Amino acid sequence: MGELVKKKVRTIKVDIDKCNGCRTCEMACAAFHASPRYSSLNPYRSRIRMIINEQNDEWVAVRATDYSKAECDGRRTYTIKGREFSECSFCGTICPARDLFKEPDSGLPLKCDMCESDPPLEVPMCVQACQHEALTYEEKEVWVEAEEQVKPAEMELSLKSLIDKYGLEKLANTVARMAQKG
Amino acid sequence: MRYAETGYILEVDLSKGNIERVETDPRLTELHLGGQGTADRILYDRCCEADPFSPDNLLIFSAGLLIGTPVPGTNRTVVNTFSPQTGLHAHSMFGGYFGPELKHAGYDKIVIRGKAPSLVYLWINNDKVEIRDAAHLKGKGAQETARLIKEELRDPRVQVAAIGLAGENKVFVSSIEHSNSSASRGVGPVMGDKMLKAIAVRGTKDIYVARPEELWNLCLKHSKDIYNNPKVGDWMAVEWDDSFHHNNFAWGNARVRIKDYWSPELQDRWMNYTLSIRDRLQGCYNCPKHCHLVVKPPGKPRYILKCYGKDTWHQAAFKEIDFTFDILATTQEYGLDNYSTPQLIAFTIELYDNGILTDKDLPGFPSDTGERFYYLIEKIVRREGIGDVLADGVYAAARAIGNGAEVYDHNTMKKFEQLPLKLGMINYHYFLMYATGEKMNITQIEGSYPQDAIRDLEKRKEFVDNWLAAPRRFKEYYLRWEPRQEATIDESCNIVDWNEAMHYVDDAIGLCAFVSSFRGQFGGKSAYHIFNIPTYINLATGMDLTPDDLWQISRRNRNLVRAINVRRGMRRVDEAPPADHWKKRNPEKEQETLSAYYRFKGWTQDGIPTKPTLDKLDLGFIAEDFIKMGILTGEETECYRETSVNDPAGE
Ligand code: SF4
Ligand code: SF4
Ligand code: SF4
Repeated sequence: MGELVKKKVRTIKVDIDKCNGCRTCEMACAAFHASPRYSSLNPYRSRIRMIINEQNDEWVAVRATDYSKAECDGRRTYTIKGREFSECSFCGTICPARDLFKEPDSGLPLKCDMCESDPPLEVPMCVQACQHEALTYEEKEVWVEAEEQVKPAEMELSLKSLIDKYGLEKLANTVARMAQKG
Repeated sequence: MRYAETGYILEVDLSKGNIERVETDPRLTELHLGGQGTADRILYDRCCEADPFSPDNLLIFSAGLLIGTPVPGTNRTVVNTFSPQTGLHAHSMFGGYFGPELKHAGYDKIVIRGKAPSLVYLWINNDKVEIRDAAHLKGKGAQETARLIKEELRDPRVQVAAIGLAGENKVFVSSIEHSNSSASRGVGPVMGDKMLKAIAVRGTKDIYVARPEELWNLCLKHSKDIYNNPKVGDWMAVEWDDSFHHNNFAWGNARVRIKDYWSPELQDRWMNYTLSIRDRLQGCYNCPKHCHLVVKPPGKPRYILKCYGKDTWHQAAFKEIDFTFDILATTQEYGLDNYSTPQLIAFTIELYDNGILTDKDLPGFPSDTGERFYYLIEKIVRREGIGDVLADGVYAAARAIGNGAEVYDHNTMKKFEQLPLKLGMINYHYFLMYATGEKMNITQIEGSYPQDAIRDLEKRKEFVDNWLAAPRRFKEYYLRWEPRQEATIDESCNIVDWNEAMHYVDDAIGLCAFVSSFRGQFGGKSAYHIFNIPTYINLATGMDLTPDDLWQISRRNRNLVRAINVRRGMRRVDEAPPADHWKKRNPEKEQETLSAYYRFKGWTQDGIPTKPTLDKLDLGFIAEDFIKMGILTGEETECYRETSVNDPAGE
């Protein structure tokens, strides 16, 4: 057991019963992360995505969490108020089973960064855009082990997915070649 | 780079199987904005005289100019073509998610011509566009089709607009269905005639706007305001007190008013029932309101209910709300319009009850009106027996049946079924809206000017002080409007012109009427109006429009529709409200008002835009066509009344 330290955790709570299905959260996230900021509007670049199945009254906002090169063995189903949901409806993992949370052009993974850009937003953009309060922002202090792993940053995440796609050696060679060319 | 719009349309020829991506002329955006405006330009230029059921007729799906931008409530896809029912310009639009997806696929419009040799659907996946076989979707319900296509394409994010069995069989009252909304008024049968079962679209491209940061911040705030504004959105979805429609609108075949229908007991019962089957309230793309009810009646599939469809069915059938919830599960799958179909069926029942149709025409006709509705729906969507006659709508059916049936066709206008309203004294600005509106339904023209005067003058003043949407002269009219007093002819002309102008703006930019043109009339607090819309357009597109400029574009688009219909033969004689709409009429004053309105609009006394009017609207080419065709002599001097949002009321 390592030493315990206090850490501020920022999170977004999702109340799917309040969602009206407007998908403004998707547009907001994509706009905020565009460069220059707000210059492009495209829900398919969003790090939060609405999983929608109208016939099943399924409207679930999911934020991208971690990248994984393999699909999980999940695929369980849950029945909530008479409606069947697949486990994937709530999962934020960027996995090969679906093309959610991938840049439409490059296919590189897009992960929610809690809008912690510089300067960070006080309230994440998707939460600001959600008028129905289906998304609410929460900050709390929790005790964690001091040596807890730092989560990989965005570039690391992209590199990881490229390694999975092309192999480390090929990627390293390409980077070296590009570096030589300047 | 083009801002707000993609600058491309998708041209699909179903006869040849040809698909092209065509760049559009930015000048046309300046002239007509987009949406219905630019679509009508295509109709005028390319197929103005086409028979609705000929391969030459175009079916155009347009994503309004501001769709895909952060402007909240812009998500309307407008569908234009020529209607087999009226023979005239057809206009309808639907919300949901289709338009935004089309924009992200890289197109502002889909222009469909020709006829496929067998049933097909169109699959648009960014630059990859295919016409695919739809034999396996034949006869399938509209939402079922959407579900099957999503499964087949293995992508739940595909957006689908589809027709049901009614559209496939070219039933005139059929609709095109998408998610929580639908398009009607003649577009469904044309899609069926083209053998196009559905359009599926998926797009992942960026949309750009001219001044991103400013627009984003403004929209974020506006979205909050719209959310908090109880005067916008569709109240019918959220208000339990619906005494207004039930006590004032006519039941059955637009005949019977039940003035004291509503009661607290009924309200409670209906509320409890609705809550017991309602899963949630739902909205459209990038809109903070929730106008739709996701419902699952017992034993029926789940579906999304929209708008006034919540009342039309049970009022036409003299039933209660559970009847409507049940029957909608059937009719939305068949793809039937919620406004005209109940009217058509109630009309048929009246013919039967009065011995004009008999058991020979309707073998085994049930005695319960509810069961009669189901019986007739099956006949109509299949065009089976008498259903084949009825499928052409009330006007045509009355004439085909004959034997006095024409008398029961008392609620159509330009051959099209109207809302079942039955009022006492004629009101002249409503007369004008009914008579001259070319979007074929009162909901598509009224909406900015209040329906009633506030009795208390102090309260009226307060209302006017907070009435941001109104140009000056309307505030003055309203202040001097005493209850039960008629607007003057000149006021009527201005009021109709303004009401109409706002709808033409919405339908060009893809704005939902529930946050804009339709919403001023109750409470005067619409979220969008002539003064703030230019700001949103300018920030999104980089244009530099003033409110007067915007009004001018709307006027241009409005005259374009008039010109199209004039070329298709529409004249003054056709401009009449439903025969039985008001108990007390005044034909002389009606015609005097109509004449004045034509002068105000710069039209001849036969309702034709003159050369000076068309020239001044940059539509001179239409004037030249009209002179060549002998529709105008070129000597007509009338020109439209130039108005400004700053004009005082005058006399
Ligand atoms: S918190 Fe920020 S990055 Fe994460 S989904 Fe919301 S808008 Fe996107
Ligand atoms: S913005 Fe909120 S209400 Fe709209 S889709 Fe996202 S979570 Fe749902
Ligand atoms: S106001 Fe209602 S109908 Fe209009 S776009 Fe918003 S949710 Fe849809």
